[in-house]
Amino acid sequence: MLKGKTAIITGGSRGIGKAIACKLASMGADIAVIYAGNTEAAEKVCRECREAYGRSAKAYQCDVSDFAAVKETVGRIKADFGTAHILVNNAGITRDGLLAMMKEEDYDAVLDTNLKGAFNMIRHCAGLFIRNRGGCIINITSVAGIMGNAGQCNYSASKAGLVGLTKSVARELAPKGIRCNAIAPGFIATDMTDNQADNPLLERIPLGRMGGTGDVAEAAAYLATAAYVTGVVLRVDGGIAM
Amino acid sequence: MYFDAIARIVSERTGCDIADIRPESKFAELGIDSLDTVELLMNLEDEIGIEIELDRKVETINDLDQFIQSRQG
Repeated sequence: MLKGKTAIITGGSRGIGKAIACKLASMGADIAVIYAGNTEAAEKVCRECREAYGRSAKAYQCDVSDFAAVKETVGRIKADFGTAHILVNNAGITRDGLLAMMKEEDYDAVLDTNLKGAFNMIRHCAGLFIRNRGGCIINITSVAGIMGNAGQCNYSASKAGLVGLTKSVARELAPKGIRCNAIAPGFIATDMTDNQADNPLLERIPLGRMGGTGDVAEAAAYLATAAYVTGVVLRVDGGIAM
Repeated sequence: MYFDAIARIVSERTGCDIADIRPESKFAELGIDSLDTVELLMNLEDEIGIEIELDRKVETINDLDQFIQSRQG
């Protein structure tokens, strides 16, 4: 289904990013994993893409909040894979805390990685997509960006920003055949949500359970192939934000 | 300096007669919008083997030609 396509996944070494990388590889895509620090985990994902699915896969260490570093990394991906067709902006961090006590650097760090990181990636991949007269961008936002979440004003703001970014990019690049959509996961069991076990919101999930990373990967697989879908925010949240 | 290359790509893209394209021709009048101009520059980059960041709006063929020349040093 995605044979001959190359997919770039940021934050691809763990959690939701890892699941998306493996899912797209299982559909035939070659995989470029961008990761912040865990080389071993990133290499493991690439190994799985190669050994289980027979795809090309390579890991690139890059701080997505760094405009120049992203430019250099996308250049390396272009040199290695020729071009790219799918970009999944999944890299994200949390620095939770009450607004009244939040440090400026905690606000900035979350916005820089989660929102500016996505901009940086789209900015530097746009040339590849425009040249190809096609492309697919998937931004991983969050139900926190739709509903808000006490103690996560920085994270929620970054994720709400991703929704605006998604819709603007969808409108701006549609004439070139480039689609841009977002996925808004709810409570998904990953390292990031380890500290959410006592969150009272969990009891308000209509489907009665946390989601798995595979649930989000299924949504990414759909958006990667849904040729007439752009500008959508697809909730994968067990119904919590309906 | 790059007029011929730009005119050829514009002609191929829009189907207009290359003889009708002049340095003072405006992209908008040739049916090329600002995003098309970005794509045009990318095509030129590939053809001429240069890399240029288009960081301003260009209105005419000559504007783009001058812009590329200015970035060529």
